[in-house]
Amino acid sequence: MTLAPGTTSTRSAPAGTAAPSAPSTLDRPGMTGAIGSSRRRPDGVPKVRGEFAFSSDLFAEGALWGQVLRSPHPAARILGIDSTRARDLAGVHTVLLAADVPGSPTYGLDRKDQPVFASDVVRYTGEPVAAVAADHPEIARRAAALVEVRYAPLEPLVDPAKALEPATPPVHPDGNVFRHISLVHGDVGTEAPVAVEGSYEVGMQDQAFMGPESGLAIPDGAGGVDLYVSTQWLHVDQEQVAACLGLEPTEVRLHLSGVGGAFGAREDVSLQVHICLLALATGRPVKIVYSREESFFGHVHRHPARMWYRHSADRDGRLVKVEARILLDGGAYASSSTAVLSNAACFAAGPYKVPNAHVEADVVRTNNPPCGAMRGFGAVQVCHAYEAQMDRLAAELGMDPVDLRLRNALASGDELITGQVIKGTAPVAEVIRACAAAPMPMPDRQGALGEDGGRNGVGIGEESEEMALPGGAGRSADARRVRRGVGLAVGFKNLMYSEGFDDSAAAACRLERGVVTITSAAAEVGQGLVTLLQQIATEVLGIEKVVVAPADTGIGSAGSTSASRQSWMTGGAVEIACRRVRNRVLEIVAARHGLVAGLLELSGGKVVAFDGSLAEDLETALGDEVVEETVTYCHAKTMPLDGNGQGDAHVSFAFAAHRAVVDVDLDLGLVKVVEIATAQDVGRVLNPLQVVGQLEGGIAQGLGLAVMEEIVLEDGLVKNPSFTDYLIPTALDMPVVRISSLIEEPEPGAPFGAKGVGEPPTISSTAAIAAAVRAATGLPLTRVPIRPEHIALGGD
Amino acid sequence: MLVPASLDELLASVAADTRADLIAGGTDLMVEVNFGRRSPESVISVALVPELKSWYRSGDEVILNAALTYSEMMRPPLCELLPALAQAARTVGSPQIRNAGTIGGNLATASPAGDTLPVLAALEATVVLESAEGGRAVPVGEFIVSVKRTSLAPGEIIRSVRVPARRAAQEFLKVGTRNAMVIAVCSVALVADAERREVHLGLGSVGPVPLRAPRAEELATSLFDWDEGVPRASEKELARLAELASEAARPIDDHRSTARYRRHAVGVCARRAFERARLPDATGRRSVTP
Amino acid sequence: MTGAIASAELSYELVVNGRHHDVNGALAGESLLYVLRNRLGLPGSKNACEQGECGSCSVLVDGVLVCACLVLAATAVGREIVTVEGLAGPGELSDVQEAFVENGAVQCGFCTPGLVVAVHDLLGRLPDPSELEIREAISGNLCRCTGYGRILAAIDEVRRRRLGELP
Repeated sequence: MTLAPGTTSTRSAPAGTAAPSAPSTLDRPGMTGAIGSSRRRPDGVPKVRGEFAFSSDLFAEGALWGQVLRSPHPAARILGIDSTRARDLAGVHTVLLAADVPGSPTYGLDRKDQPVFASDVVRYTGEPVAAVAADHPEIARRAAALVEVRYAPLEPLVDPAKALEPATPPVHPDGNVFRHISLVHGDVGTEAPVAVEGSYEVGMQDQAFMGPESGLAIPDGAGGVDLYVSTQWLHVDQEQVAACLGLEPTEVRLHLSGVGGAFGAREDVSLQVHICLLALATGRPVKIVYSREESFFGHVHRHPARMWYRHSADRDGRLVKVEARILLDGGAYASSSTAVLSNAACFAAGPYKVPNAHVEADVVRTNNPPCGAMRGFGAVQVCHAYEAQMDRLAAELGMDPVDLRLRNALASGDELITGQVIKGTAPVAEVIRACAAAPMPMPDRQGALGEDGGRNGVGIGEESEEMALPGGAGRSADARRVRRGVGLAVGFKNLMYSEGFDDSAAAACRLERGVVTITSAAAEVGQGLVTLLQQIATEVLGIEKVVVAPADTGIGSAGSTSASRQSWMTGGAVEIACRRVRNRVLEIVAARHGLVAGLLELSGGKVVAFDGSLAEDLETALGDEVVEETVTYCHAKTMPLDGNGQGDAHVSFAFAAHRAVVDVDLDLGLVKVVEIATAQDVGRVLNPLQVVGQLEGGIAQGLGLAVMEEIVLEDGLVKNPSFTDYLIPTALDMPVVRISSLIEEPEPGAPFGAKGVGEPPTISSTAAIAAAVRAATGLPLTRVPIRPEHIALGGD
Repeated sequence: MLVPASLDELLASVAADTRADLIAGGTDLMVEVNFGRRSPESVISVALVPELKSWYRSGDEVILNAALTYSEMMRPPLCELLPALAQAARTVGSPQIRNAGTIGGNLATASPAGDTLPVLAALEATVVLESAEGGRAVPVGEFIVSVKRTSLAPGEIIRSVRVPARRAAQEFLKVGTRNAMVIAVCSVALVADAERREVHLGLGSVGPVPLRAPRAEELATSLFDWDEGVPRASEKELARLAELASEAARPIDDHRSTARYRRHAVGVCARRAFERARLPDATGRRSVTP
Repeated sequence: MTGAIASAELSYELVVNGRHHDVNGALAGESLLYVLRNRLGLPGSKNACEQGECGSCSVLVDGVLVCACLVLAATAVGREIVTVEGLAGPGELSDVQEAFVENGAVQCGFCTPGLVVAVHDLLGRLPDPSELEIREAISGNLCRCTGYGRILAAIDEVRRRRLGELP
């Protein structure tokens, strides 16, 4: 393992192999051994036994099944709706339309512009129009199909560039521009001797979590409702649902049920309002489980992007100016578009020192499916562009691309193009060096299979070299026409929300009879927060028996499980709550024994005195006494961007570099990603195994965007809403991930110095793979996902 | 819902309800049912009909019974007799799908992307149909009429598929944008029949039905060294072969790919299939050096 | 199912994890997955795509690995069905389940039951698979969280343990 020079706090992970050993060598236990060790997930056992209750696994006596009817048109006026036939079907209990929504007719994360049900106009394919509750899911489905909606289709607005034109009629009364950011930094009139420019595109990616949207709503008989649902943010759902139901938030209690992945797609309301309306209308529990197809229509996607860039530099490769024009397609409703655009603009120049910058960025409304949060949130799209530009600039300068990046790498104390000075850690050069220094994978396929292309009557079931080549199981490759390419990319983004949206996180720690219970409303979506919260409690309290209670709205908001923020925010709240409990316990015991609390410590489930005069089990020491503390944790304040896109808008930043090695079939344009090496700025590793899981999983999503994943639209219609045609990587697509280095420079202000690790793996992995394919083919390939025809017919 | 236990019982059931859907592996039909696109009011399962299982040799033919699964096609000794079919089977869906899906189902669904269909086309397979009235045999090219349409008559079932088991080189290549579990963007099956000294090419996913490429076959036949059992062609001749295969394609643009790419890729695959082709010797071994 | 909902109710018996279950009043089009989850109280098999493209509902029918979503439930009468709930006794973990927990192969866990069943099938048929064989064998089980790395590590650990290479 090659370590980057000068990174004394760097620890090396085991090299990726086909079946890497558990990275226990990474473990560096803290004081109690809890923080820094690969503790098992508390929900692991029920999950492997099939006993973990996902939201689709919930049942209630007498429950009805709900089904939503959606618009088949991207743009249409609704002339009339007749639900008589649906209501008359045996087994149907209710059919609800827009007029049946008692409270706010619309909801939304940022702007409440999305109708619960469309009434006069539909603005995207899949927009909800009606909902049905019936005895059986099949009856519900049939009933929904019997709701007769008369549409007058309109010409859909599907080109985001056209949405910007003043002459284009607005798709919505609020207009077609969700947000415009004009970012001006330094002297934008500055010229430099070398300049490269290019245009880039990113397609629409789907989060494609495995567990489709689902939930169970149970009316409480007093006008309120309990909703069991998989979500990323219970309280923001609660607020929106209550407003639409015309109820007080306390009358709408949300309970987190098992979440089958999220990745941003569960930040917005999907079925929450519909299911509660149906439950309240029928007085019965109602269950909704989306099909995979409905799931594609039921949540937001990653914004497609069109970007133009010009990078100017001096002859030594120092960046002088970056100019960019960014256009994001927000689709029909606002969702989190304005915040995604902010990220795209703020991080438009990449993790580099750029004295002068001019970014014009827009996110617009169209009749395409709504777009919002997905892992990487605005940082992914621009990374694809600015990293391609850095390679172009290196080529123009005749410089090594790694050297060019190192020459311009941001460091702590440097200024971003928003004028914000990075006060925390920014080991950009370190991640680049460590990633670039990773050994190359073997074997070098080129020529490895010989003149014969490795063909010697390979039989079924035998190890087939062709399976490992581009095309995989289709065995379409000819080894002589396969070229290897290597590409490196670096990316970064903010941790936590930004621009003054400084949401807090509440958590409680309760110690009773030697058992610690941690309560919060933070959503565990698979990432392993529940493990970290246990580890933090054990670390602080020296107690192994820690239970993480189910999350619900009975406690204050934890904020969203997104923006890589929960280990910092809810982790921070839990740490402080536990410290307060610890202090109170020591005071109680000290008082009882006439000792000084400062001389006592909690360790191994006991209260011990430093001088050995006391060593008492907690249960004995406290008896029936319950010690509980609830804490609301806040991070440092942030500011909105000013009119020039300047301001201290962000709390903290995380950086990662990826190096991709790919094999490309030049004739068929098929790509096999052979290996991804990575180095990431993590602050501190809280659970090594979970960090590895986040890196590998995030890279898989980056790989998907690079070479296969895209929601294909045609005139506002989704052409591939299924796992048959929306392709996500299989085990034969995902290569070994070589974690070259996890850079541990503790982040000031972060609990235990740890940075969120979930998003950086998804940001630059796509760009690295695109760079590697460009290197293998010599083609410009400015759009991701790169499709086979872009390579195979690219030279035509 | 009927689950007949013999072929006679099955034929009687089908005769009694000519509109019934037959279900074997369920890998196509159940998707339609799950998505509410097809009524399963009357379904007849072939799962327990022993006559439809397995395969056997008969003279210089192999008889593949209709409920033969993809996984079974991949096992020896069948995979050695019909290597292109085995390779095509290996590219169908996932292991779970291959354990359930059948050759009869692939034919009955008659999707342009059905993975075994270009192989059956190149093998010039015969589909054996049966009804309570009797049986008939139809060349695969006549059985599949158009996109997802076959010449199966009411009351008829697919009984088996007959394919030649002569000494031949067989290849199958499939292009998809994922390394596994992917619908074919295009595919090519090649059969170089040593006894008839003919090369056949079946093209998949580039037309409404599996296509043959007669002009490319003619060229390939002339370029194959039948005595040595290896292809002998110059770069120019190989390029011409690819071009002729491309010309035989009738592809469309859709969300999976473009007509232009499919036309190009099917040529590349035809050429590569030809380059790989090696006749087995009498013992079944294939020569490795051209 | 159009027009036939009331008329096509079926009753039959299924054998799941060695236990007999009566199914009453089922509709003709119900998949084995639907019946397991909604009629037999066995929700361990998951419903992620209902078209055989994700493997989350993998079960064994007569010892053969299939997607329960593509099995018409009424055709599974008389066949031996094993689901994730039947891989280990109450309160126990199979070696595969244990290795998944220990190696970080579980994140959100939605794909996990199907994968665990598929891995039992693989290592039962092929005790010493190569890396490529493992990847091919689980290529029908989509996972969106892990990128498969820790899953492969878990499978390799079971392989080595069963071969006696690990204690």
